[in-house]
Amino acid sequence: MSRVEIRSYFPKSDLVNFAVLACLILIVLPLSMDIFRLNLVGKYLTYAFVALGLVLCWGYGGILSLGQGIFFGLGGYCMAMFLKLEASDPESTKIQSTPGIPDFMDWNQLTELPWFWEPFYSLPFTIIAVLIVPTIFAYIIGVAMFKRRVGGVYFAIITQAVASILTILIIGQQGYTGGVNGITDLRTLLGWDIRTDSAKYFLYYLNAILLFACLFFAQWVRKSKLGRILLAMREREDRVRFSGYDVSNFKIFVFCLGAAFSAIGGAMFTLQVGFMSPSFVGIVPSIEMVIFCAVGGRMSIFGAIYGTLLVNWAKTTFSESFPELWLFAMGALFIGVVMAFPGGLAGLYTDKVLPFCKKFIQKTRSGKKPQQIKVGPPKNDELASPDLAAVK
Amino acid sequence: MHISPTIKKTLRVSKTCFLRKLVIASIAVLGYHHGALAAPSTAEVNTTGLAVTDDTVKVGILHSVTGTMAISETGSVQAEKLAIKQINEMGGVLGRKIEYIQEDGASDWPTFAEKSRKLLVNDKVAAVFGCWTSASRKAVLPVFEQYNGMLYYPTFYEGLEQSPNVIYTGQEATQQIIAGIDWVVKEKGAKKFFLLGSDYIWPRTSNKIARKHIEKLGLKVVGEEYYPLGHTQFNSVINKIKLKKPDVIYAIVVGGSNVAFYKQLKAAGIDMTKEKPVLLTISVTEDEIRGIGGENIDGAYAAMKYFQSLDNPNNAEFVKNFKAMWGDDIVIGDVTQAAYLGPWLWKAAVEKAGSFDIDKIKEASPGIELTTAPEGYVRVHENHHLWSKTRIGLAKKDGQYQVIYETEELMEPDPFPEGYQ
Repeated sequence: MSRVEIRSYFPKSDLVNFAVLACLILIVLPLSMDIFRLNLVGKYLTYAFVALGLVLCWGYGGILSLGQGIFFGLGGYCMAMFLKLEASDPESTKIQSTPGIPDFMDWNQLTELPWFWEPFYSLPFTIIAVLIVPTIFAYIIGVAMFKRRVGGVYFAIITQAVASILTILIIGQQGYTGGVNGITDLRTLLGWDIRTDSAKYFLYYLNAILLFACLFFAQWVRKSKLGRILLAMREREDRVRFSGYDVSNFKIFVFCLGAAFSAIGGAMFTLQVGFMSPSFVGIVPSIEMVIFCAVGGRMSIFGAIYGTLLVNWAKTTFSESFPELWLFAMGALFIGVVMAFPGGLAGLYTDKVLPFCKKFIQKTRSGKKPQQIKVGPPKNDELASPDLAAVK
Repeated sequence: MHISPTIKKTLRVSKTCFLRKLVIASIAVLGYHHGALAAPSTAEVNTTGLAVTDDTVKVGILHSVTGTMAISETGSVQAEKLAIKQINEMGGVLGRKIEYIQEDGASDWPTFAEKSRKLLVNDKVAAVFGCWTSASRKAVLPVFEQYNGMLYYPTFYEGLEQSPNVIYTGQEATQQIIAGIDWVVKEKGAKKFFLLGSDYIWPRTSNKIARKHIEKLGLKVVGEEYYPLGHTQFNSVINKIKLKKPDVIYAIVVGGSNVAFYKQLKAAGIDMTKEKPVLLTISVTEDEIRGIGGENIDGAYAAMKYFQSLDNPNNAEFVKNFKAMWGDDIVIGDVTQAAYLGPWLWKAAVEKAGSFDIDKIKEASPGIELTTAPEGYVRVHENHHLWSKTRIGLAKKDGQYQVIYETEELMEPDPFPEGYQ
C-alpha cells in the first residue's frame, strides 16, 4: 500500500479521532482509576466490539440485527469451556462423583465429558473456535436469509428468534452448558491466574489492543470500495444489484464480520469477568447492544465506543446511587439522547462541536481561509432515507 | 481520646500548670476507661482494612430490587433492614452502628458479580447479606473467595456447595426433602410419587435427592418432568398425572409459573383438599401464594423450616415488628425469615470472635446459636449451614399455612449427602 493510499484510508480527521481514543483508553483511564473500576471499563469495552460490528452491519450495511448477543455469547462460551476444563482438573474436583469433569456436569449426573467439549482442552483450537464458530453460524444465518432476499424488519425478527432459541437451548441443556447458572468459577489460563490485579491490567490492555485492531479493520472497510458499496446497498439495493453486484454476498460478509467482532468481545468478556452466562445471549442484551450503538451514533465507529462507555458508565453509576430507581434514569437517558441528538454522540460532535471549533479556529486565524478536506462517504444526514430515519 | 473544645478553653484559662496536667491526666484516664467499656479500638478489631470506624461498620445488601426476581427478593431486603435496625437500636456490633450499602443485582447474574466486587473491593464492607437464586450465588462465589468476603445467603437451595466464605441461612436440599417425604409416607401412606419441577439446578438436584430417598424406602416414582422457568402451560403434565394416579405430586415449580400451574391443576379437577393425590411442595412460600391465590392452592402441603403462622413468642415479636416497619398487609415467607437471621448470625460471630476480620468470623461461626430466631433455635454447623427443624404446613384459603407437623430434632445440614449424588 502506498503512502497516498494509506492517507486515503486514514484521513487527518480520523487520525485525530484514533489518537484521542487511544489516549483515553490506553493512558487516561488506566491512570485515573483503581483496578476495580478499570476492570469494569474493560468489561464495557468488550461490548464495544459488538457495537463496532453493529456500526458496519446496521449503520453502513443497513442490516439491523437484534441478535448480536448470539455471537458475543458463542465467543464467550468457547473461551469459558476452555477455562472451565482447565479449572476442573481431577485434583480440584476430587469431591465429585466423577472427578475431572466440570462441576455442573457432575450435578447433572453426567459421567463423562461430552464429545464436543473434548477439543477445548487445546488453547489454539479454542482461539480458532472463538472466531470460527460464531462466524460460521452467522454465515449460515446470512446465507439462509440474504440469498432469499429476507431483509429489514423480518431479518431483525428472525435474529431475535434465533437469540431466543439459543438461550432456551443453553438453559435447557444444563448438563452440557451449565444452564441458567452459566459457566462459572474460571480461574486460570494455562496456569496463569486471571483473577489477580496484574492479570487484569494485562487483559485490559490486550482487550484495548484487540479493539484497536478491529477499529482499524472497520476503518479500512469503511473507507474502501466495500464500504461505499455497503452504503449504496443500504440506500438503493436494487440499483446496486442491477449494476452487477451480488448484494447478498456483501451482506453476508458484513454480517459475518460483525459476528466475528462480537465473538472477540465475548471471549475477552469471559477472560475479564471470569464467567459466562446465558443472560448475554438472549434478546434483551442483544437489544441493549443496539442501544449502545445508537447512542454512540450508528454511522461512527468511534461513536460506538464512546456510546458503549457512556451507557454502561451511566448504568453502573445510576444503579449504585439509586438501586431502586435506576432503570427509570436509564430510560430517561435513552429517550433524551434519541430526542435531542438523533445522530447519537457522533452526530452531536459533527453537528455541534466541530462547527463550533472550526468557527473558533477561524476567528483566531482570521485572514486565513479554512481548508475543507473531504474524503470518504458523506455524512449520514445527507444520505438518510425516510424509512431509515424512522428506525433511528 | 478526645477532649472537647470547652474543656480545652477551660484549661487554657486555668493559671496553674500543675492543675492543668492533673485535669488532662484524669480526663485521659476516664476517657480511656470509658472507651474500653463501650468499644474496643478499631485497630484491634479490624486488622484487614475493612470499612470499620470507631463508631460505624459498613455492610452490604445485595439483592434484585428490579427485574423478574424483585418480587421474591424484596422480602429479604426488608428483613435484613429490619434486623440491622434492631441491632443498631441495641447498640450495634462491638459498639459500632451498622450502616448498609444497598446494591441492585437487577435479576442479572453478571450484575451480581459486578456489584459484589464493588462492595468488597471499593466499599470494603465487613459482610454482605444477599443473593437469592443459585445462579446469582454461583456468580458471586468466586468473587467472595478471591477477595475474602463474607456472604450470608438466605435461600433454601440444592446443596452440593460449602464455601468458607458463605453462611447458608436457608435449608439445603436434604433438610427440606427427607423430612417432607418421610412425613407424607408415614402420615398419608403414600406409595407412588410424581416429581415435577422448573428446569434448573435446584429442582433437578432436589428431585434427584427425593427420588433416591423414595427408592430407598422401597416406594415408586411414576413420573418426573421439568419445564423451563416462566412456563405457563401445564395441561400435558396434568394429564399425565391423571393417568399415572400418583399418591403424591411432588412439585418444585418456581416463580411465576406457579400461578399457572396451580390454577390449571384446580381447573383440571384435581382437588387438593381431598385425600389423594396429596400435593407436597418445597417451593411455594406465603410470598408465592399471594400471586397464586389462596383458593387455588388450598389443601396443598409445604415442607419448609418457617411459616408466618408459626406459634412461638419469637415469631410473634418478629411478625409484629416486621409489619410495623413494612406495613400490615405484608406476608413473610421462609426465605424472608432466613434473611432476617443473616445480620444476627453475623453479629453473634463478630462478638464471639471479638473482631470484624473475615478469617476470624469464618472460624468463630460454627457453633453459634440463636435462641431468638423466629423459627426457634438454630445453630451453625461446621459446614456453615444451619441446624434447623423442618415443618409441614397446610395451605389455607387466606394465603397462610397452618403448621401441622414439625420434626422433633433439629435436622443436620448435609450439603454433600452420601448415596444421594
